[in-house]
Amino acid sequence: MAEFFQYVINGLSQGGTYALVALGYTMVFGILQLINFAHGEVYMLGAFTGLYTLRFFGARIVEFYSFVLHVGADQTSTAAAVMTAITVILISMVTCALVGYFVERLAYRPLRTSPRINLLITAVGVSLFFQYSGQLIFGSSPQPYPDLFENLESWTFGADENLLVINPLQVFVFATAITLMLILRHVIFHTRLGRAMRAVSFNHELASLMGIPTNRIITATFMIGSSLAGAAGVMVGMTYPKVEPLMGSLPGLKAFCAAVLGGIGNVTGAVLGSFILGLAEAFLSGYGAPTYKDALAFAILILILLVKPSGLLGVHRTEKV
Amino acid sequence: MTPVKNEIVLSLKDVSVFYGIIQGLHNVSFDVHKGDIVTLVGANGAGKSTTLRAISGLVKPKTGQINFKGQNIVGVPAHEIVSRGLCQAPEGRGIFLNLSVAENMDLGAWAAPDKEAYQANMDQGFQLFPRLKERRNQLAGTLSGGEQQMLAIARALMSQPEVLLLDEPSLGLAPQIIEKIFEIIMDINKSGVTILLVEQNALQALQIAHHGIVFETGVIKTQGIAADLLRSDEIRKAYLGD
Repeated sequence: MAEFFQYVINGLSQGGTYALVALGYTMVFGILQLINFAHGEVYMLGAFTGLYTLRFFGARIVEFYSFVLHVGADQTSTAAAVMTAITVILISMVTCALVGYFVERLAYRPLRTSPRINLLITAVGVSLFFQYSGQLIFGSSPQPYPDLFENLESWTFGADENLLVINPLQVFVFATAITLMLILRHVIFHTRLGRAMRAVSFNHELASLMGIPTNRIITATFMIGSSLAGAAGVMVGMTYPKVEPLMGSLPGLKAFCAAVLGGIGNVTGAVLGSFILGLAEAFLSGYGAPTYKDALAFAILILILLVKPSGLLGVHRTEKV
Repeated sequence: MTPVKNEIVLSLKDVSVFYGIIQGLHNVSFDVHKGDIVTLVGANGAGKSTTLRAISGLVKPKTGQINFKGQNIVGVPAHEIVSRGLCQAPEGRGIFLNLSVAENMDLGAWAAPDKEAYQANMDQGFQLFPRLKERRNQLAGTLSGGEQQMLAIARALMSQPEVLLLDEPSLGLAPQIIEKIFEIIMDINKSGVTILLVEQNALQALQIAHHGIVFETGVIKTQGIAADLLRSDEIRKAYLGD
């Protein structure tokens, strides 16, 4: 039984990071009908931003929080570690928002009126650009991620066969992902920017007739989606403590599958699809077939496209002629 | 109708619009005086909606000028034109079906110059259309056709327009509802808003308008005082089905 709960915990933590990436896919698709294949690379850049921030400023940030929070600088302080992690995530989010801004402005906006296939090809191009310039700049070998939580003890429950281990990092990742999703939900459904985003995704022309600056709303959508991917990048870097410039490609595709599973364009669907995928992967690797873990997302993708192409929560839209 | 006209608030000079190689408008020129209801009538595809799209900045005329309050607005982005005081309630009602009634109205106020008047405008919209108030939290997609048209007008009014463009507000509505919509258009006009009304329902439109412009295949066939057009035999035969 403990085994089962262990897989649930692993799956939720993994699903949370998938969700942060999937949200960016689904939001951009909702507003531009574009699968932004460069999104996985934004996530990679987020991980590297976190890596370099921690490498060069990590110790100082920990020291700062230890001082502010009146705890010893002996690195054992949970509070200082958590605050440092949050700070690094925020720095990465801001950086990725800027990346998203420039990608949209330089690569996608000039093609606003072009056929959609041109946008798609451009997205693949941007993705390759980041993968290979990443290898040029960061080097192609995997780099270890500093472990902020190394001195924190895991919580254990039960013993022997019923041993359940909860890693504080997993709890942190899950809690942060949920918090960010709740903030996003608030922005989309309860602010004017969110209303405008929904209006633009409904119809660009109509939105502009209401005085809504559609280009600015599209840019904002890219920035929000990219910042979530940045947060995911840092948290995945901390969890699998190695990062490399091609790390975005597979999780990016998996998150895309999760978004399609939930119904692309649907924000709640992206979260649902991601948790389903995260849990399914955890169970599959736990109960005997870890080799097939990476194939699962694509099997789900094929299945959902055959059975319900609009996704679990998606609405079927007839193509306008 | 009034012997002395107010100043010209909107004027088109030799406007030509092309869709690819097909010309949609040929040298269209007309003036809209402040406080008037001006109606563009004519058959389907005569260029009425294209004219509104050009004014709103959705299509860019190849030649000609569109002057709004003395400034040429050709090439000004659509959202910017709204904030200058010219708003369109588009054809097919064009409301955000995935947003609630109140959210639609709220977005209408995006470009409103006077943010203080927000609540007053909202109240005024609900006063004009009490049905919308009852349904303020409902998704706009669940409204009936007539209610959607009311929402389109109420939302456009949230931007505090000086000139309101209405594209086929009677399209697909039952006769009693059309009558109600036309009454409200007159009320809005009396409150000081200049109205440019595109209608296929030429008879009804000319009855409430001061000035009428008759379109045929992308050119202005004739224009004049609406009452005169209604009396003209030629017009009656060609456009009013007599």
